[in-house]
Amino acid sequence: MVEKKANRELPERKKEFKTTVDGTVVNRVYTADDLGKDRQVDVALPGEYPYTRHIMPGGYRTRLWTMRQYAGFATVEETNNRYKYLYAQGQTGFSVAFHLPTQEGYDSDHPLSAGEVGRCGVAVDSLEDMEKLWEGIPLAEVSTSMTINATAPILLAMYAAAAQKQGADISCLRGTVQNDILKEYIARNTYIFGPAPSMRLVTDLCVYCAQDMPQWNSISISGYHMREAGATAAQEAGFTVANGIAYVQAMIDRGMSVDSFAPRFSFFFAAYTNLLEEVAKFRALRRIWAKIMKERFGAKDPKSMMLRYHVQTDGFTLTGQQPLNNIVRVTLQALAAVMGGCQSLHTNSFDEALALPSEEAVQVALRTQQIIAHESGVADTVDPLGGSYYIEWLTDRIEDGAMRYINEIDKMGGALKAIEKGYIQREIAASAYNYQREVDAGEQLIVGVNRFTTGGEPAPELLEVGPEVEQRQVARLSRLKRERDNQKVGEVLDRVYVAARGDGNIMPALIDAVKAYATVGEISDALRGVFGEYRETGIL
Amino acid sequence: MRDKKVRVLLAKPGLDGHDRGLKVLARGLRDAGMEVIYLGLRLTPEQIAQAALEEDVDVVGLSCLSGAHMVLFPKTVGLIKEKGGGDILFIGGGIIPGKDIPGLEAAGIAMVFGPGTPIGEITGFMKERVRRRGVDNQD
Repeated sequence: MVEKKANRELPERKKEFKTTVDGTVVNRVYTADDLGKDRQVDVALPGEYPYTRHIMPGGYRTRLWTMRQYAGFATVEETNNRYKYLYAQGQTGFSVAFHLPTQEGYDSDHPLSAGEVGRCGVAVDSLEDMEKLWEGIPLAEVSTSMTINATAPILLAMYAAAAQKQGADISCLRGTVQNDILKEYIARNTYIFGPAPSMRLVTDLCVYCAQDMPQWNSISISGYHMREAGATAAQEAGFTVANGIAYVQAMIDRGMSVDSFAPRFSFFFAAYTNLLEEVAKFRALRRIWAKIMKERFGAKDPKSMMLRYHVQTDGFTLTGQQPLNNIVRVTLQALAAVMGGCQSLHTNSFDEALALPSEEAVQVALRTQQIIAHESGVADTVDPLGGSYYIEWLTDRIEDGAMRYINEIDKMGGALKAIEKGYIQREIAASAYNYQREVDAGEQLIVGVNRFTTGGEPAPELLEVGPEVEQRQVARLSRLKRERDNQKVGEVLDRVYVAARGDGNIMPALIDAVKAYATVGEISDALRGVFGEYRETGIL
Repeated sequence: MRDKKVRVLLAKPGLDGHDRGLKVLARGLRDAGMEVIYLGLRLTPEQIAQAALEEDVDVVGLSCLSGAHMVLFPKTVGLIKEKGGGDILFIGGGIIPGKDIPGLEAAGIAMVFGPGTPIGEITGFMKERVRRRGVDNQD
């Protein structure tokens, strides 16, 4: 073997080179001997099953990815201004960050909301806020992603109602709601209700979209947050697909045919700095999903088999030390997303390990995508790394690693069971801890953190959200609660309660409720009255 | 003679769900020989204060990445001190801008550990600072 002979000649700088895929050992060089036997089938042309190389034959030659920066802070006025700014800078889609009270079903005046209002996102308590959020932005013409899960049915109802008030036909609306509750129990932790009623809400929303909002992505099955919580690339791939299988099965169990909803299922992944591993991950994921949809669920429509996904560069890899270095990390991560074939991309801002991103940092992040799109040349041909011995070998390894997790979860009875047992949580926690130990031991180098450090750096300008934001939002909410027709609100909330107790689709009752200006907290309370609340079990 | 191990309560006040750091720390402290009570997330300052006093801990570690730390950390520390936990060591972590640290220190947080802090630095700090009720923490 070429490799062994070469190894004898010169010592290498490390005993072993490893990916983060469960520490797979990377060989010195790859040759045609490393390619899989099934590669003619597995690595067909772009646009051909199993879509390893890209879902569309023309890739970015036909249409660039959507540059979609996740943004939202303070009140709807500030966020509306940031959206208008991003739109003017050439951003092609919106992505709403809601503050935590909205995500977890509390109004801004709830005691648990103290200190959180307008922090991690924009405060939206009622339809009135949603209307103001989009003032001057024609919802019929844009595409919007909303990172919202436990309260996704309520916020989608508000978005649809706001669009209707602008005169839009809701069947034309384009966008995505995250609506992925399973990963909330694993990693992101913005659940409200237990898994069973939550799965019902997820499928209610998906069924509603399949019927009334056919251009809307009804779910964005997310590996991102599991990766942030410590998952390896193979775990991210395997656990996300396992959750996807659970959602597809739940929809089929509701009597929906697979091709009636699966084309509107979308995904969301992280991109880390290990460029080639990440490219291989995205290629493997497309192949895994296509095979599962065709072979396991009998999908006939190619769109049901195509893994469409958003990527966000990884927040965990950003360092508070020497923050400008993060621009370089984000560039590598964004390159991975693009060479991997994403449909939309958010690039993080370099100051995010320190605070919410400032306007300058957001602009650099967006410009990074524009430079990749228009200057780097990587978007000029489809799947530019396809056929590289290493990339093809690594794609096979990640597929194998992910499939092992998927099979393990199948044996447990599916993702819901695996989550209830704490299996997925424990696997991720173990990976996170191993990683930290490697960093602390200096086996993993992080530039500017455990090597190449410098002292006393000047702090960059940070975005601040002052306490007056909370006061303003609470005042706005209390005025709304005074001025609206409160008898009507009582009636619509009763209807929500009744609908939650029944087994019909809850969406119509939610749409009536938001139109009467019932708030996120009030509607969530009506649902809590039926579904109860979930408490985590503190798995370490 | 009571248990010699340093007792640490770790908790996330408020609505923030980013618990990777705190969970990694919990395991690290255990591996360093400490007794860890991991209280979890979405807790009010009142709930954390009650648990800290009932569990009679030496250290309380609070984590917040949502930006609500200036409200939640001082409130939690204040409640614990008010109810007789004045000798407890408080540490904090999360996404905490440098300009907020003097205010947190004034409120009683002994040290803020940001992203990228090695676990050994935190255990070292805790072992050095825990001085109370005749606990000998030279393990």
